[in-house]
Amino acid sequence: MAAAESYPDDLRYHREHDWARLEGDEAVFGITWFAQDALGELVHFEAPEEGATVAKDRSYAEVESVKAVSDVIAPLSGEVLEVNNAVIEAPETVNDDPYGAGWLVRVRLSDPGEVDSLLDLEAYKQHLADA
Amino acid sequence: MQTLLRTPLYERHVALGARLVPFAGWEMPVQYEGVIPEHRAVRADAGVFDVSHMGEIEVEGPRARELLQAALSNDLDRIGPGQAQYTLLTNEQGGIVDDLIVYELDPERFLLIVNAANREPDFGWLLERELPGAEVRDVSDDYALLAVQGPHALERLGLPAAPAFTFADGEIDGVRCVVNRTGYTGEEGVELLVPADEAGELWDRVMGRGVTPCGLGARDTLRLEVCYPLHGNDIGPDTDAISAGLGWVCALEKEFTGAGELRRIKAAGPEQKLVAFVMDDPGIPRQGMAITEGGEVTSGSHSPMLERGIGLGYVPAATAQPGTELTIDVRGRPRRGHVVKKPIYSREER
Repeated sequence: MAAAESYPDDLRYHREHDWARLEGDEAVFGITWFAQDALGELVHFEAPEEGATVAKDRSYAEVESVKAVSDVIAPLSGEVLEVNNAVIEAPETVNDDPYGAGWLVRVRLSDPGEVDSLLDLEAYKQHLADA
Repeated sequence: MQTLLRTPLYERHVALGARLVPFAGWEMPVQYEGVIPEHRAVRADAGVFDVSHMGEIEVEGPRARELLQAALSNDLDRIGPGQAQYTLLTNEQGGIVDDLIVYELDPERFLLIVNAANREPDFGWLLERELPGAEVRDVSDDYALLAVQGPHALERLGLPAAPAFTFADGEIDGVRCVVNRTGYTGEEGVELLVPADEAGELWDRVMGRGVTPCGLGARDTLRLEVCYPLHGNDIGPDTDAISAGLGWVCALEKEFTGAGELRRIKAAGPEQKLVAFVMDDPGIPRQGMAITEGGEVTSGSHSPMLERGIGLGYVPAATAQPGTELTIDVRGRPRRGHVVKKPIYSREER
C-alpha cells in the first residue's frame, strides 16, 4: 500500500522533489512522497550504471508509472556507488516506502559543499505550499 | 482558455477522491485508488466507468438506413432492431473519421455512440450528407453513459446474460436505463445509457452493488491489452481501415465512402500494418516512439496483467508476423520486443 504523506527532518531536499540522506562523503538519493504521489504506482525504474557520474540538477535516472515518465534529478554531484536493485525488481517499493526501502542510488559526493544549496525540511515544505 | 465540460457525475468523482484530468475537452477521472488496482478489479470482478463524455448522434427517418449504409463501413443489413454493430465512419481515402457503435432502435431510427473528441466532426460529417427523410441530431447532452465491466459485472448488477452487441430496456434497482451489451475492456459487461438527469441515481445504485469505480487510466490499459484501437492514437483520418486491421468491419461488397480505395488497398496488400507487441527488455513503449525496423508506436503502456511493456504500432508489412523482433527507441535506448498475435491478453489464457 502507498505510504502516508511524510517528509523526514533528517534529509535535505531538492526543488524537483528529490531527497538526499548525507552519510559522510556519501549520500543516498530518492524521490519524495510528493513525487511518487504525483506519478502514481511506479512500474519501471531506469537506473544509472554503477560507476556513472551524476551532476547536481541534472537527470540521472527515470521513473515511470502507467501513465507517465519522469526524469529523476540529482540533488548533488558524484559517482554512483550502488543502485537499489530492489526498486528495479519491484518499482512500487518507492510508493510503499519512499525514504526507506525505496531509495534509488548511493553516491560518493564529488563536491560536498553543494549541500548548502539544498533545502531543509522547513524550506521544502514551504516550497510544496507555494507550488 | 477553453472551459472544460463536466459530466453529471463530476461531484461524485470529486467526493470519491478521483484525480481529474482534461480529456477531449472534458474534466474526467483518470483514476480513483490507482490505475493498477482498478485494472485488476475489472479483470477479476467488476468496475464502473463514467463514459458520459462520449457523443450520441441519432439518425431518424425513412431514409436513415440509406444515409448510414453510404457513410458507415459495416453492413447495417446484418443487424436488426435491438442489435448493435461496431463500424467505421470513413473518408474518401478509406481513412477513419471515427470508430463507433451503431444501435438499431427501430428500422427507421439509429443511435450512434461516438468518441468524445469526434462528436462535432462526426455530427458535421453526417449533417453534410443529410437527406430529405433522414434527420441527423446531436443528442449527446441528453444522455450519460456508464460502462460496467468485468467477469462479475452482470452478477453484481443482477442482470441476465444476453448476447454481445444486443441491447434492451432494463433497470438497476429501480433506475431505468438502456442496457447495451458492449464494452471496451475485453471483459463481459454492459454500457448503461441513461437520461443525463438520472445518471447520479444510476451511479449510486451501481456503486451500492459493490462495483469498483475506475478511471480513464485503467480504461486505456484494459483496451490496450485486448488491442482495441483508440481513435486519435492508433487510427485516424490518415490511417486506412485495412492497414489498421479493421477490414473485418468493412463490407467491401457494398458501396460506402472510401470503399473503392479500401478495395484497392486490400487487393494490393497494405504497406504497413498495425501490430501488437510485447517488450522483452525492460522499459515502457510510449506513443510516438520510433520502431527501428520501421514505423512507430501508436499506443504503449505497462500491462498490469503481463507486468511488462506492451504496445500497438504500424510496421512494414514484412515485419508484421507474430514472433518478429522489433526494436523500440525508448528515449535513445534501443529496447527489444516482439510482435504478438492480437489480443495481447485474453481471458482464456488465465
